[in-house]
Amino acid sequence: MTGKIVAVHGNLVIAETDTRVVQNSVGYCVRQDGVRLLSEVVRVRGRLADLQVFEETRGLRVGDTVEFRSEMLSVVLGPGLLGQIYDGLQNPLPKLAEQVGFFLQPGTYIHGLLPDKKWTFTPEIGVGAKVERGDVLGSVPEGIFKHQIMVPFGWQGSFTVERVAAAGDYTIEDEIAVLKDEAGQSRSVKMQQDWPVKLPLNVSRRRLMPTEALTTRVRIIDSMFPIVRGGTYCIPGPFGAGKTVLQQITSRHAEIDIVIVAACGERAGEVVETLREFPQLIDPRTGRSLMERTIIICNTSAMPVAAREASVYTAATLAEYYRQMGLDVLLLADSTSRWAQAMRELSGRLEEIPGEEAFPAYLESRIAAFYERAGAIELRNGKVGTLTIGGTVSPAGGNFEEPVTQGTLKVVGAFHGLSRARSDARRYPAIDPLDSWSKYAGIIESSKVSRVRSMLARGNEVRQMMTVVGEEGTSTEDFTVALKADFFDNCYLQQNAYDEVDGATPAERQKFVFDKILEVLDLDFGFEDKSTARQTMVRGSDLFRNWNYAASDSDEYRQLLERIDRFIATKGREE
Amino acid sequence: MRKYYDDISRIAGNVVTVKAGGVGYDDLAVLTSDRGESLAQVIRLEGRQVSLQVFAGTQGVANNDRVRFLHKPMQVPFSDALLGRVFDGSGRPRDGRGPVEATPVDLGSPAVNPVKRRMPDKMVQTGIPMIDIFNSLVESQKLPIFSVAGEPYNELLARVGLQANADIIILGGMGLRHDDYLKFRDTFEQGGVLGRAIMFIHTAADPVVECLLVPDLCLAVGEQFALQGKTVLVLLTDMTAFSDALKEIAIVMEQIPSNRGYPGDLYTQLARRYEKAVDFDGAGSMTVLACVTMPGDDVTHPVPDNTGYITEGQFYLRNGRIEPFGSLSRLKQQVNGKTRDDHRSIMDACIQLYALCRESREKRDMGFEMSDWDKKLLAYGALFEEKIMDLSVNIPLFEALDRCWAILAECFDPAETGIRRATIEKHWPKPLS
Ligand SMILES: Nc1ncnc2c1ncn2[C@@H]1O[C@H](COP(=O)(O)OP(=O)(O)O)[C@@H](O)[C@H]1O
Ligand SMILES: [Mg+2]
Repeated sequence: MTGKIVAVHGNLVIAETDTRVVQNSVGYCVRQDGVRLLSEVVRVRGRLADLQVFEETRGLRVGDTVEFRSEMLSVVLGPGLLGQIYDGLQNPLPKLAEQVGFFLQPGTYIHGLLPDKKWTFTPEIGVGAKVERGDVLGSVPEGIFKHQIMVPFGWQGSFTVERVAAAGDYTIEDEIAVLKDEAGQSRSVKMQQDWPVKLPLNVSRRRLMPTEALTTRVRIIDSMFPIVRGGTYCIPGPFGAGKTVLQQITSRHAEIDIVIVAACGERAGEVVETLREFPQLIDPRTGRSLMERTIIICNTSAMPVAAREASVYTAATLAEYYRQMGLDVLLLADSTSRWAQAMRELSGRLEEIPGEEAFPAYLESRIAAFYERAGAIELRNGKVGTLTIGGTVSPAGGNFEEPVTQGTLKVVGAFHGLSRARSDARRYPAIDPLDSWSKYAGIIESSKVSRVRSMLARGNEVRQMMTVVGEEGTSTEDFTVALKADFFDNCYLQQNAYDEVDGATPAERQKFVFDKILEVLDLDFGFEDKSTARQTMVRGSDLFRNWNYAASDSDEYRQLLERIDRFIATKGREE
Repeated sequence: MRKYYDDISRIAGNVVTVKAGGVGYDDLAVLTSDRGESLAQVIRLEGRQVSLQVFAGTQGVANNDRVRFLHKPMQVPFSDALLGRVFDGSGRPRDGRGPVEATPVDLGSPAVNPVKRRMPDKMVQTGIPMIDIFNSLVESQKLPIFSVAGEPYNELLARVGLQANADIIILGGMGLRHDDYLKFRDTFEQGGVLGRAIMFIHTAADPVVECLLVPDLCLAVGEQFALQGKTVLVLLTDMTAFSDALKEIAIVMEQIPSNRGYPGDLYTQLARRYEKAVDFDGAGSMTVLACVTMPGDDVTHPVPDNTGYITEGQFYLRNGRIEPFGSLSRLKQQVNGKTRDDHRSIMDACIQLYALCRESREKRDMGFEMSDWDKKLLAYGALFEEKIMDLSVNIPLFEALDRCWAILAECFDPAETGIRRATIEKHWPKPLS
């Protein structure tokens, strides 16, 4: 099945062919020097097939051959995915570096798993059992997890187990079971299987309402704008406001089984930080290196654009695969705007009718479909698996009234909007406490959260008013409200990501500190004048901030807590 | 035998479409017209129609002028003989000396494999406190100066360039005024670095699109030196001129603009250049500093906006000072934890207080009464601007940190600074109560 190139425009190639061509199937553009460039069919018009090429098209000529395949762009699933660093098309980057050195090389593709590695298989099913796609046949240990070997997800109908491999060591290419389908045909099962990245992978009894809080140890998120396992959220923000740092600390501290980091069209340097640091960092929950629960998919901004578009789907597919094992998975995509821009670039070359800011008309539905891949599902064996998706958005000019932000806000369950004003003033994490929202319930009682939110809103009103009437035109009472809002901001919402202790606050500590702070906020200080009010609140802030830096159960922690209690008992007159 | 094509079907803007076969995408061609020879690059293939972007422009090109294809992408000869030389935007000598004979390297090589990058960790000391304390520059960083016409951005670029102590300095000028080019030359000469500098200069008098190759030339050469283990510093000015040239081509090619006439792939185009900044694992490094003039002093303009999303921070140069707000070095935390234990505390506290000072100034300007607290902030702001922010200040990092402590102690009580107790106890320059 081949065709001939008739046009090249950026990463878009138009080929003429007489053969059968499948939409979204894989193709290879063959350069004069024999190098085969992976591509995907994105449009078919008569005898013309349009392909987006996942590599630079430099050197391609009119008349060059295109080979068409019938399969869609797929990833390989099986043991050995965890700890890997892949490009957007699942090429393992460390192996690629071994083979071709410092630079990526168009046309070099490597198997995503280790074909020779032996895994210790334990069968978990007997001959004669009836199974369907996704059912567990056995398992192998993969790091800290029991990696389940399942009936291939693409197999329709029911099967009878004819043979299962005995316990022992096998490679992903060895046969570990034989299943007989309803027509009596025997089919061989291996530990590895393929799945097309653009199709959601969800083999389950039903979808569940996501309700279980996902603790990130970032106070403003967990306490004020929580996320849940199986939920979705987005982080829009202008450049430099802290989207990536927020995702990095979440990838470290989130209380979750598996984290998939999708670095999509952003800086390579940021991925380097993760991939150099994670192997050294110990996950306190498991005592093992963080890398063992992490997969990095990286298609950074200098890598080919079409592969950037594919990379988020690659990431979603790997995440869904582990969800099928009943695990809780978190997918962090940075940045979904780059993915949207990749769609825009292709759409422009296809000369489709553009929508707002030249994004294609189907932008919103693509965004919705992507976030729809998140969710909590009840598997056929009754276990529950979840996939949480958090995406950053990089709006042009920092203006949230743009198509990607707006399209995302319609579909996610929580919105962590970063503000330029807050990041300029070094109030990190720069999540705007007035604009952000979450539809989920978190670790703090919702009545308490709304009390604090309305206090923040009132504090803001007073501040606004003060810009008109000045401090002198503001009553001491109102002034105190503004001070209390600042106090909450300084001592609770702001968090120093680079401090060992303050950088990550566990849920229990959050609840305790939140209640302490509420005691202060509820105090009727009865300040005589504004200057006393300010001085008192400065001292209170100082106490709480130092408390945040003190390790739980340290002497310093206890001493500060005593002083805080005295501060509250004496309405700030003593500490 | 040299094969020529002379069936030109379209000449528009800086793009020429010629009928030809066997041409590779991205390949280079030479267009010969009455005005001489110009390099051109294939930007679209459609059947036998080959569209070329002509670097010297198409003024005076006739529909039967001759195009010769070189069957290779744009290249630049690479060797030590480049040092001390000056070239134009197409890589031709502009210093009156002969061409450099050496093995050519391709422009626009593929991306570096991320696993072959190191984590950058070497601070570049500039002697400018607004950089050293608040937004430390790090070797291999890509960082633009955001500014507007009239600000001394080229001076700042040259000053940082000299302080950086790089093995090789490469200057890429795009739309550069001839005077500015000479100033760079003089600065390099006085700094004694001319012998390890290479310049690719496109001046305002040259054809606009000829500047499109300048970043690629600089970065391809720089990359080769970095692969040899050298520390390379690339200075690019002005990247807005480069982006405007991209826009021009996009419009001629009838691409649908995404934002104020700029093509939808502006981000990708810029990123492919800036991402060349690298600290190789097992070789040298390349740092990229650029100037981006903001049309209308508007940071949301597509050029600074896209740049800000790509680069590892930015320095805002305004009123002759590096603005603390908006300026950012994303790599600062890789180095500022290892300088002195109070570095980060000073960095955070001074900026937060300065932000409050600005609020107080606004209140004052609206005629409101100043509280004691406001007065403290105002006093602090004045001192901070004079002794730290002023660009003429040129002192090493530790001295600058000490100076910040002195200013804080002169203006505030310890708790008012928001600095944690342990740090205060160690560094507060006055006795504590
Ligand atoms: N939580 C934080 N604590 C301290 N500094 C932060 C925090 N978030 C961001 N920063 C600072 O801001 C810089 C930019 O953050 P980053 O996440 O890269 O921005 P974005 O991804 O939104 O462009 C970081 O390099 C860091 O210096
Ligand atoms: Mg980012």
